[in-house]
Amino acid sequence: MDFWTLANALATGLLTGLVYGLSALGLSVIFGVIRIVNFAHGEIMVMGMFFALVMFRWLGLDPMLSVPLAAAILFVFGYALQSTVISRVAHLPDHMQFLLLAAIAVMIVNGSLLIFGPDPQAINISYSFDSFDIGENLIIDKARAYAAIAAVVISGLLLGFFKYSRTGKAIRACADNYLGAQVVGLKVDHLYALTFGIGAACLGAAGCVLLLLIEVHPYLAPGYTLLAFVIVIIGGLGSMTGALVGGILIGMSEALAAIVLQPSMKSAFSFGLLILVLLLRPQGLMGKSVK
Amino acid sequence: MTDQAKKTNLEKTSKSTISRRQFTAGVAAVGAAASVGPWYIKNARAAEPLKVGVLLPRSGGQAQIGIDCQRGADAALPILKDLGYPELKFMLADFETKVDVARTQTAKLIDEGAHLVVGAFDSGATMAAAQVCEQRNIPLVVNIAAVPKLTGMGLKWVFRNFPHGPMIVKDAFINQKALFKMTGHTPKTVTLMHVNDTFGSSLAGALFKLAPRFKMPYKIVEKISYDPYGRDLSAEVRKAKASKGEALWVVSRLNDAIMMTKEMVKQRFEPMGILSTGPGWYDQEYMKATGKFGDDVISLVPWHDSNKPLSKTLEAYFAKHHPDRQVNPNHTYTFEGIMVAADAYKRAGSTKPQALQAALRTTNITNNVTTAERIAFDKNGQNPHVKNSAVQNRGGKNLVILPQSAAVAKPIWPMRPWKKRG
Repeated sequence: MDFWTLANALATGLLTGLVYGLSALGLSVIFGVIRIVNFAHGEIMVMGMFFALVMFRWLGLDPMLSVPLAAAILFVFGYALQSTVISRVAHLPDHMQFLLLAAIAVMIVNGSLLIFGPDPQAINISYSFDSFDIGENLIIDKARAYAAIAAVVISGLLLGFFKYSRTGKAIRACADNYLGAQVVGLKVDHLYALTFGIGAACLGAAGCVLLLLIEVHPYLAPGYTLLAFVIVIIGGLGSMTGALVGGILIGMSEALAAIVLQPSMKSAFSFGLLILVLLLRPQGLMGKSVK
Repeated sequence: MTDQAKKTNLEKTSKSTISRRQFTAGVAAVGAAASVGPWYIKNARAAEPLKVGVLLPRSGGQAQIGIDCQRGADAALPILKDLGYPELKFMLADFETKVDVARTQTAKLIDEGAHLVVGAFDSGATMAAAQVCEQRNIPLVVNIAAVPKLTGMGLKWVFRNFPHGPMIVKDAFINQKALFKMTGHTPKTVTLMHVNDTFGSSLAGALFKLAPRFKMPYKIVEKISYDPYGRDLSAEVRKAKASKGEALWVVSRLNDAIMMTKEMVKQRFEPMGILSTGPGWYDQEYMKATGKFGDDVISLVPWHDSNKPLSKTLEAYFAKHHPDRQVNPNHTYTFEGIMVAADAYKRAGSTKPQALQAALRTTNITNNVTTAERIAFDKNGQNPHVKNSAVQNRGGKNLVILPQSAAVAKPIWPMRPWKKRG
């Protein structure tokens, strides 16, 4: 295996990993604040993909340009879902919350099947088959590069929002101390709904970006839900930077495993990494340990 | 009631009394009817439509191919009716591209009264369906599935009118040699990429086993197996490129074929040519998704013989009902699967499984659509007469290039560079 083959594989893995990280960010944001594991994660992202597909087919809109609109629509969806349904089961045991979200996931899959059918659907944009040449030997896929740039920008905006904005700080306060947040007069229910909305918006954006790379069909979702779980557990459940780091790690290790070992070993490699992290650092690479 | 009415009723009653002569005649009539009873019953059974369970992947990763196969089944109904075959009733089932669902759906079809099952395109799913049919003593007519052991493990209820892995590989070797000889370009090395499902693994296994026997002019330098439902094939294509095989041999499905082509173009991976033994690369959806980059791919697959009268009928049906589609193996082998079922029912004159099984064993159809000279099954339930062709994609069409007897175009080999296409 020559150096440039490895370098190309790692570059592709890095770009793919950033997109994976963006998709996992939504899961991490929601769990970090509301402490609910979103089992409809992949399904909400696939909704974003279908939205971008419809925009492309109807208006010829590049999926990158659909990102703000998809994020806005899924923000409203997430906000409404949290405030009308999920908040009502927040006091129930965890397994009942899981079942509720799994039921929502099934409904989204069946709704997508009714509207879009079971066939994988792709878009062909002007740069679908194009690449950038960096030097003589490094070839970077254009669509993947654009998707990764979008993922970095969106993740940066999100991290900035949580770190510097008043609302972001209030949400973090709710996550740190639920009772304290209530005592100081924060509208916790509203902030929770806002958080779920932000998580869903993140997934909408990730869906649009992902449509540049893969075909969309209703059965795509469970695989991505599982992938997001692996990423956030490796990165640290609830840690936003952890989600990005986990995504990059999975993207690059899968690319490396496919080149050095066998491509069919990619998933085994990801899960091997997951087991290793759970054994050696159960809180994840960037997660805080619970004492 | 008035007196007049009572009188009239009395008269009617006395008139309707059965006389001894009428009674005797009636008994004779009943006796005559009873004596010909079995004839009536037998014909009533023959008039009952054969319930054919059509098991296909109608959703999930192979949905497009399953739906395409159904088009072949749908075409069979009017065409077979015109040919004088008895009436069939379809019971449709979807195994969602999951082997375990194939098992439960087959059982459900049988529970709901299917007399015979046709399916299931995917080798793993067909194996699962075959086990259920064997347990329940219901015939399974395989439309498409290449795993060798399907007709190599002594199953009594399975009948396959499709080549198994070694047959496909053997014909692929023969056609490849003819292609290299015709064009004067022979690769010295080949990279093999195959899906890691039942179909892909069995075909790759057969390929390695048979290659030395055929003394192929090339060496297989790398064998790359991959998940057909993988999210991304960039690393797989990169590995294939790094192996430096002069030609690429692929055993794929549809979605992965599309992803692989996109990656090959983006990574500027330009082998001498792409040789496929499997579905995907000849599909209309593939050519739509890849456009000019889907041209020049050669599929070494079982195809139909356009010169046969029934092929012309099938092509005319597709021209009328699916003008945007060309007839392909998904259609032809599912069509023939339904025809095999109808033919067995016609000769058996019964929907009883044993009668259908016996009729299937003596199948001998010569008016068919594929390149097989006839449809007949050996003691293992395999049609040994099925053969492969070489088909090349050109401008969104599939053109037969080999065998020369059925060729409609000359091959383009090596394939044109990505940048020099239209």
